Amino acid sequence: MTAEEPLLQATNLHTWFELRQWGFLRVGSVRAVDGVDFELAKGESVAFVGESGCGKSSLARTLLGLHNPSHGDVIFEGQHLSELKGEDRRQYLARVGYVQQDPFGALPPFMDVRRLLSEPLIIHGVKDRDERERRIRRALEEVRLTQVDEILPKFPHMLSGGQQQRVVIARALLLEPAMLIADEPVSMLDASVRVEILNLLRRIQKERGLTLAFITHDLSTVRHYADRIFVMYAGRVVEQAPVERLLDNPQHPYTRALLAAIADVDADNALDERDVPDGEPPSLLHPPEGCRFHPRCPRAMEGLCDQQDPPVFEPEAGHYSACWLQDPERD
Amino acid sequence: MTDAREPLLQVRNLQLHYRTRRGTARAVDGVDLDVGRNEALVVLGESGSGKSSLAKALMRLLPRNVARYSGQVMLGGDELMGMDDERFRSGVQWNRISMVMQAAMNALNPVVRVGEQVAEPLRVHRGWSKEAAMERVVETFATVGVSRDFVTRYPFELSGGMRQRVVLAMALVTEPELVILDEPTSALDVLTQASIMNVLKRIKREQGTSFILITHDVATSSELADRVALMYAGQIVEQSDARDFFHHPAHPYSKLLMDSVPRLHQSEPPGYIPGEPPDLIDPPAGCRFADRCPRRFGRCSEDPPAFELDGDRRVRCWLHEEGTDHDG
Repeated sequence: MTAEEPLLQATNLHTWFELRQWGFLRVGSVRAVDGVDFELAKGESVAFVGESGCGKSSLARTLLGLHNPSHGDVIFEGQHLSELKGEDRRQYLARVGYVQQDPFGALPPFMDVRRLLSEPLIIHGVKDRDERERRIRRALEEVRLTQVDEILPKFPHMLSGGQQQRVVIARALLLEPAMLIADEPVSMLDASVRVEILNLLRRIQKERGLTLAFITHDLSTVRHYADRIFVMYAGRVVEQAPVERLLDNPQHPYTRALLAAIADVDADNALDERDVPDGEPPSLLHPPEGCRFHPRCPRAMEGLCDQQDPPVFEPEAGHYSACWLQDPERD
Repeated sequence: MTDAREPLLQVRNLQLHYRTRRGTARAVDGVDLDVGRNEALVVLGESGSGKSSLAKALMRLLPRNVARYSGQVMLGGDELMGMDDERFRSGVQWNRISMVMQAAMNALNPVVRVGEQVAEPLRVHRGWSKEAAMERVVETFATVGVSRDFVTRYPFELSGGMRQRVVLAMALVTEPELVILDEPTSALDVLTQASIMNVLKRIKREQGTSFILITHDVATSSELADRVALMYAGQIVEQSDARDFFHHPAHPYSKLLMDSVPRLHQSEPPGYIPGEPPDLIDPPAGCRFADRCPRRFGRCSEDPPAFELDGDRRVRCWLHEEGTDHDG
């Protein structure tokens, strides 16, 4: 897509989890990520949007190297993730920072802030205590926890939710990553704090020229914090486009349904019911034939959508949709 | 009692304080509320503002460490606070006021069929026979959009959205006059959320039920709201008609909160409210929002009363004191 080499490339990525009964009988696989392709450029911010169970967190964990892909691969700065072993793999983990969903669960309760921020530096070989202290202070200032001396001796439970999330972000930044993966970074926080944290992430991303991948279920906030959006459904990316185009001109019926379900605050909302597609996302153990959205799709075409998996079409430049409605050869 | 203009629920100076090791936490600190018949009142607030405690105070579901529980609660002309526990439990709780608690869908008993769980209030509080109760359960399931086959299923066999509907059925099965919903959709996906809100709208329209919807999510709350009460640090700082609140908020906190709501089709990024809410154990004297308020002035060191504005609005802020004109 860009002339420049992408920072990260996912090719035909599949992450399946094998299900066993009694510990040895294979009964099938949960296809959490099922054939996903994309490229992320240096310094761009993207959002992966979808409902729970669509595979977005499994995708994040695959990119982090926490799950091994069943097929396909992740290529980061030209290196295949599956081929990285030992020290190389550790280097990769230092290049990709992770901001977890639940900040309180992500911070060990028995460590004070100084200790829990020292840990990654020690593991990655920063032996000099003063150097560690300097880098910790810099990271805390970067996330605007400016009363560093007050924060350092505190334990996680003594911090507010917003402060905890800032510590998590500081920890992700300590090892100078090239990319940050933020899995629902604000869903556990209060509405008034969310925007503050999202602004912070966006500012750090721009200042450092980081690649930022947001995982979120909230389409209403993405406009200001991402350049591109990927919409996921049942283990696949169904639509992909620059933020404005996706929000203002959605193509895939699933994206349209999602957008129609979101209320922009208005007293008139209480007057009418909203259009919501029937049913629920399919089981990832036995996904439906053809397009995975077809059982719920208001525009499903019999004989096509229920039989053939739609390929990815490009209805306008840079805007991709995996839906037969966008087939240019459709009459 | 049948006067249409008489509100269904009238709450005056409700207090619920808890004893804690550090002192008394004033979770609900002088709340006045009105809910009309067939009206939905949304109680908005950040976490720790006391909105769940307010619900518990109305339902009299109190923990052991209550330091103070007082005020006046009138439901359809009957004073509830003076009622003894036994009468309240048999006559009001779950019968005339019911509640869907936060994360209730995860609190269903995993080893009891959902139909039996929903029938429980009828069997326990009203002494109905099993057959009569189950018949009513099936009707209620139909109202909330759960197929009758699900009566014999166990909670683990249902999806999150279906479990939430079951919990809703449990609150509706006794045909209460008032249903309190504490964050009924916050754990659900966008599409499920929208379909649950559709169910609530339909019940309100068809059965004339009144609702108190407690939430921190302004956008979702607008799906049901007739009126809005905004809570801050144990107090209600603004109570208005939904249209006024969403489009012309009056209290400075309401304004900042409405600015912080992300909108899908809006080019400027949302704002945020700097600072944190005060400690409920030792709330500051004067206006509790003053520390974070961009419009504070000398008067704010005194506790503002609720000023009545046009259009049945109550705002707890000195800017709206009668005879003064601070809005320019």
